[in-house]
Parts: sequence; structure tokens; C-alpha cells
Amino acid sequence: MTRDIFQPSGQIQFGIFFQGVNSGTIWKAPQAGSQTDFESFRHIAQTAERGKFAAFFLGEGLRLREHLGRPHALDVVGRPDAQTMLAALAAVTKNIGLVATQNTTYNDPADLAHRLSSLDLISGGRAAWNIVTTDNAWTGANFRRGGYLDHADRYKHAEAFVETSKRLWDSWETPTGPARRVHHEGQHYTVDVTPRLLRSAQYRPVLFQAGDSPDGRDFAARQADVIFSAHPKFDDAVEFRRDIVARSIAAGRGASAVQIMPASEFILGATDQEAQEKKAWVRSLQIGPQQAIAYLEQFWGRELSSYDPDGPLPEIDPVVEETSETRGSGFHGAKARQLADQWRAEAKDKGLSIRQFVTSKTARIDSTFTGSYTAVADHLAEYARVGAVDGFNISPWLIPTGLDDIVNHLVPELQERGVYPTEYRGTTLRENLGLETPVRSGEPAHV
Amino acid sequence: MSTFEERKAGFLAIELDGAGYENLATAVLAAESAGFHAATFKDTPEAGRTNALQRAAFAGPVTRTIAVVPEVDTVYTEPFHVSTQLASLDYVSGGRAGWIATAAESREAAAAVGRSFVQGEALAQEAAASIEVSRRLWDSWEDDAVIRDVATGRYIDVDKLHYADFETPADFAGPAYSVKGPSIIPRPLQGQLPVLAAASLVGEGLVPADAVDAVLVSAPTPELLAAEIRDARARLGASVAIVAELDVVLDSRGQAAELRALTSQESGPARFVGSAADLTELLDSLLQEADGVRLHTAVLDVELEELSRLVLPELRRRGALRPPIQDGTFRDVLGLAPAENRYSTTAAATVAAEK
Repeated sequence: MTRDIFQPSGQIQFGIFFQGVNSGTIWKAPQAGSQTDFESFRHIAQTAERGKFAAFFLGEGLRLREHLGRPHALDVVGRPDAQTMLAALAAVTKNIGLVATQNTTYNDPADLAHRLSSLDLISGGRAAWNIVTTDNAWTGANFRRGGYLDHADRYKHAEAFVETSKRLWDSWETPTGPARRVHHEGQHYTVDVTPRLLRSAQYRPVLFQAGDSPDGRDFAARQADVIFSAHPKFDDAVEFRRDIVARSIAAGRGASAVQIMPASEFILGATDQEAQEKKAWVRSLQIGPQQAIAYLEQFWGRELSSYDPDGPLPEIDPVVEETSETRGSGFHGAKARQLADQWRAEAKDKGLSIRQFVTSKTARIDSTFTGSYTAVADHLAEYARVGAVDGFNISPWLIPTGLDDIVNHLVPELQERGVYPTEYRGTTLRENLGLETPVRSGEPAHV
Repeated sequence: MSTFEERKAGFLAIELDGAGYENLATAVLAAESAGFHAATFKDTPEAGRTNALQRAAFAGPVTRTIAVVPEVDTVYTEPFHVSTQLASLDYVSGGRAGWIATAAESREAAAAVGRSFVQGEALAQEAAASIEVSRRLWDSWEDDAVIRDVATGRYIDVDKLHYADFETPADFAGPAYSVKGPSIIPRPLQGQLPVLAAASLVGEGLVPADAVDAVLVSAPTPELLAAEIRDARARLGASVAIVAELDVVLDSRGQAAELRALTSQESGPARFVGSAADLTELLDSLLQEADGVRLHTAVLDVELEELSRLVLPELRRRGALRPPIQDGTFRDVLGLAPAENRYSTTAAATVAAEK
């Protein structure tokens, strides 16, 4: 069957991920603007739209990250509610997709599906949901229901949530109504509602998902339209594509049903040398001396401020068995002592100071494209040719001007090479991504 | 000494529900240029109705002076999300956001999220708890918490972030809950968004009067509104602004209001049916009693045109309306002082130094 054979489109697209937290966005340079002013969001979104970006993407974290028991002070922090911001951006943009990261653990399907439908209608069919799950009680402390979900159940719960949402979105009898009542009774919640909203111009919100474990990949292969992947490096991207194509076919969907847009960072210049110099400057601002020490403290579970960031890794051992969830999921559950031994050996072997070592650990080495506009464009054209990815979700390291050089210089190079859109294909996100009309959800999910 | 009393000027709000979402930008701009001080957005569960807070957010960047005030339920929502969403609305509207806190008494709303049906006194308890959560979370970052101090490498001063540590009171009828905090977004531009609620939800044994900034007062007929306004004022004290609710059906395009007022009205706000000139007189007298009036139109663009052409200009000429404030906040419209922060370390340090 041809739908089981993957055909590269020969094209790539861009999305923008406005992070709002973490060390990736630099704040110490004079050019670094506000992380909360609407004007920063407007500038980024409108610049992205000028560059024909497919999507504007917002993250979400439902508890402030902590460091040794207090809010983490050294990185950019504090961001708006994704859907509220995207509804506002819908008023000042026309074509770009609006992707909200929203949690299945601390929302109700009827409420979340309604709000996503609402965003989809208000924006004329441009909404998407990046599905995430959380299972820790630490985050649950901000919510009525508290922490209730076992780690092992998170995908099961998320999938039932997503299937219920699809039923809610697909409940219309005809495009003008009425909607059918939807009933779901599951392990963690019950839903009994007649949806208020009918289908949007793109039928229902596009679904993004970022899980990378085998369970997460299968979940995406069954449910998602786009994977926000962690595999931007060429060989890795090709391998990831192969894996996702196989899983999509196994899930009864076509080989191209699930698109892949890895997280990425671009550090560009007129020449390779200029770009390399810029990269050194960006890295020095992303991981300063205090951030380097704090990074280790997170794994050591103790204060290390007496250590020289330009000296070797601490010889003392961690006081924790396992790292906690309080700095975000990326830090969670590492075996501290074992890790410390391994890192000390690695740093010694490579002759790295604390700061150099932490920079090497945190810098998105695999996801950073550094070079001249032409060199990076040539490299990306290769991704398009073999169909390694469908696009890149770019995290700018500078707000609000971090997309300017990409849109002004890289996008035209890609357009010249015929691998990047010169116009939006349509008005909805689904059209602009080249996704097919979704298959309507039928029978209830059994969980 | 002046020989005449200074005239009391009030504000006017308009409910934009009739705009739906397709003509929202046009409608909110028309309301703004007509001189309305605030636009409100209903969130009742009717077919076709999009989320009120999102409609308000959409209206934010297309306007400059009009406040955007959505209804958001307190019973079947997560208070932490509500707080973040409203704070975000304040950012996207440049400090022009408010909140009409509602308490849904609805079996359907309960079934939709699989919760028990909440009724009676428990509704006000839910509202009070949710408002308190939002107010604490909005204060959980001090205004100057983002310091961007390059020398010490600190983006924020953690001493200026505070846990909300909210817990429902012991007599809380529904399932008890707690909210830790701090907020995931810095303090709103206004510090505290003005909170409005129906007068019937506020008072002794209900939502405490000092938890809200304004109440919405209804009466069966326009003639009975003045007395209701005075009652609410006496009951709740001078610190709570009073907003009278009025339904309007106007003579328009040669058609008499009586003929246009075809839908019979069983509940809802007092209804005025008649000419623009008579409505002007009514509003003029209501604005002597209340701080503001919210208008609900029979057909938004029809009434808005008449209001804009005939009613608001005359009220302005008489000095019955507060002048709109360019780049002002919703707090400015309500005449509220800057919101103090309950957790402020700066204030605490000042007090300590004075002792």
C-alpha cells in the first residue's frame, strides 16, 4: 500500500518555541527584552509570520522550579498562560499556528477540550495542543486534586484524556450542529457533557506530542499529528523517522501521518567564523559561573558555592540518593552518587572546568545549528531532501529579536533552494502543515 | 464655595456577548470608540459560546482604553489555572483586565467535569476560596521580583517570591483543597485585577465584601434599581463599587423599541424599552446612585449604534461620565488606589525601620 511507504516532501517548515524558562534564553545581554510584555510576544509572532513559520509554540510548567528548596533564581522564569496569550496573538496574526502546551494531569477533558476548541474557532482554525503529562505530587500541590497519578499510569491516563477530547471535538452531527452528548467513565475521571462548540475550519486542534520513551513514541504514533522530537542531529533524525514511520504503520495510520519537528537552536552569522564567535558569546551568557555551580548543586543536593567555577568538579560526594523533580523533569531521578563519579571522570578526562563541563552538558549540542546562512541552509536542504524531519521547532536564545536574522537571512536562502514555503498554503494550521483531514473519532475509549 | 454640588461621574460597561467571536474585533473597537469604559464577556453554557476569557484576551491587543472583563466560574475550575489565566489577560491587555467571578449552579457543569453538584451556601464558599487563591497568587511575586542582576547572576530575587499556602477553611462544604504557589507568572500589571461579582453572592456569610472591588446589582424593573443600589451600598459599605445591570432595547432605524422587544423576559436584569432620549435620562439618574451601569443590548450592533450616536455623547456633555483614560488601567476606571502587596518585604522593611 502506498500509504505505508514514506515519501519525503522535499520541504521543511519552521516553528518557534518561546520558552520563557530555563537557561537557553539569555537575559544578561542589553539586547535581552521582557519575558512578559505582550510586545515581546507580538514581535516574535509577527516576525515568525513574516518568515512563513508554521507555528508559534508556548510551553507550560505548573509549578515554579526550585533549587535547594527555594525558587530557582538564576534563569529566566515567569510566563503567561499559553491559551490566554495565544488568544491575544490570534488578534494580531493571520496565518501562523498557535500551539499551547497543556497538561492532561491537572485539567478536566471537558474544560480543556472546550478551551482548545474555543482557541481554534477564535483563531480561524489555527490552534494546536502540545500534550504533556505530569505525575508528581509536588506539582499537584497547586491543584484541587493534588498529586494522584502513578508514573506508570501517565500515558494510559493521557491517552484516555486525548481520546475523550477527540470525541468531544468530533461530536457534531453536521457542520452546523447539533452536537452529541459525550460520556466517558474512566479510572481517574468521568465526563458527561454535550459540547457547546462545533468543528472549526480545521475540524479540530492539531495535536503535538513530545514523549521520547518507547511508550511515548507509541502514544504519539497512535494519537499525534506532530512530534516535537529531541532528535535534530542528522543521523539520529533519520533513525527517529524510520522508527516513527514503523510505529505509525503499526498503529494503522499512514507512513506520513505523523510529522516530526525537532527542538533546535540556531546561531548564525554572515560567515562561519562570525557564527562561531557568536556561539561562544551566547554560551557564556547561557551558563554563567553561578548557573554552573547551581547545576551541580542540583545533583549533589548540597551547597557548592565555595567551589571555583573555573576549577575541577567537587571532590565531595552528593548527599542525595536520587535527584528530585523540583528543577523540572530533565533533572529528575538521576542516581546522584553514580552520576557524580561518572562526571568527575569525564571532566578530568577532557580537562574541563566546572563551567566548561556544565556548558557541555546543558548546551543543546546536538540541536544547535551554527554557521553561515548559506552553510546552514545547505545543511537543512539535506534534511529536506531525505525527509529526515518535517521541520524544526526553533528556540530563540534572545527575546524579542532572536528570530530576526533567521527570517531575514536564513529563510530566503532556504526559499532559494526550493525547500521552504514562500507562501502559506491556506489559513488553517492543518492546511499549512499539509496534514490530512482527521479521521473522526467513533466509539468510546475503554480505560 | 461652589454654589452647586459637584456632579458625580460614573462609568459605563457593555456586555459584548452578542458579538460572538467572528466580529469581536469590530464590536470591541466600536464599544471603545463609543466611549464605553469596559467590555464584559459572558460565559454562560450556551451552544456556540466560546470561552469568555479567551474572547477578552483577543480583544486586549486590538484596543487601548476599554477594560476587558470576562466572567470566569469559580466552582468547576482549578483556582490555580484561573489565577494564571487572569494575570495573563492583564498582560495582554496592558493592565485593563478585570474578573467577574461567577459561581455556576449547574448540574450539567458538575457532570461535565465529574464533580458533585454544588448548591446553596457552598457556592459562595467556592467563590470566596477561588478569589482568595487568585489574590494570594497575584501577590506571590512582588512587583520588583525580576531584578536581572548580572553581578550576582540572579534573574529574580527569591526573597520577593512567596508561597501562597492557601487552604480551604474548616467549614468548607466541598472537598477541601490547598494551593501552594508561588504563581507561575509575575504579578499582574495592575497588581490585583479588580474583582466583580453579583451582589447576591457578596455579603455576610457569603463572599466577604472586602474580597471584591465591585458588585453587579439587578432589579426586576428600572424603577426598582435605585432602591437596590442604595440597599447594596448600605449592606456592603463604601469600599465596594456598585454597578447597576440594565437591559436595553432602543428605538432604532424607524422601528419602535416596543416592536423590537419581542422576546419576553422572565429573569435577568431590569429592561429599558424606549427612546435614546429616555434612556439618557434613566442612565443619568442611575449614575447619580451607582458607580457604573452595565448595559446588555437586545441586538449588539443595533443598540451600539444608537448608544454611540445619541446616548453617550449626551451623557458626556452633561458630565455624567468619567473621561476615558488613555493607557489607563481598569483600576483607574474604578478609581481604585494602587494595590498593596500583602507579602511586600519592602513595606515590612519600612515598618521595621520606623520602629
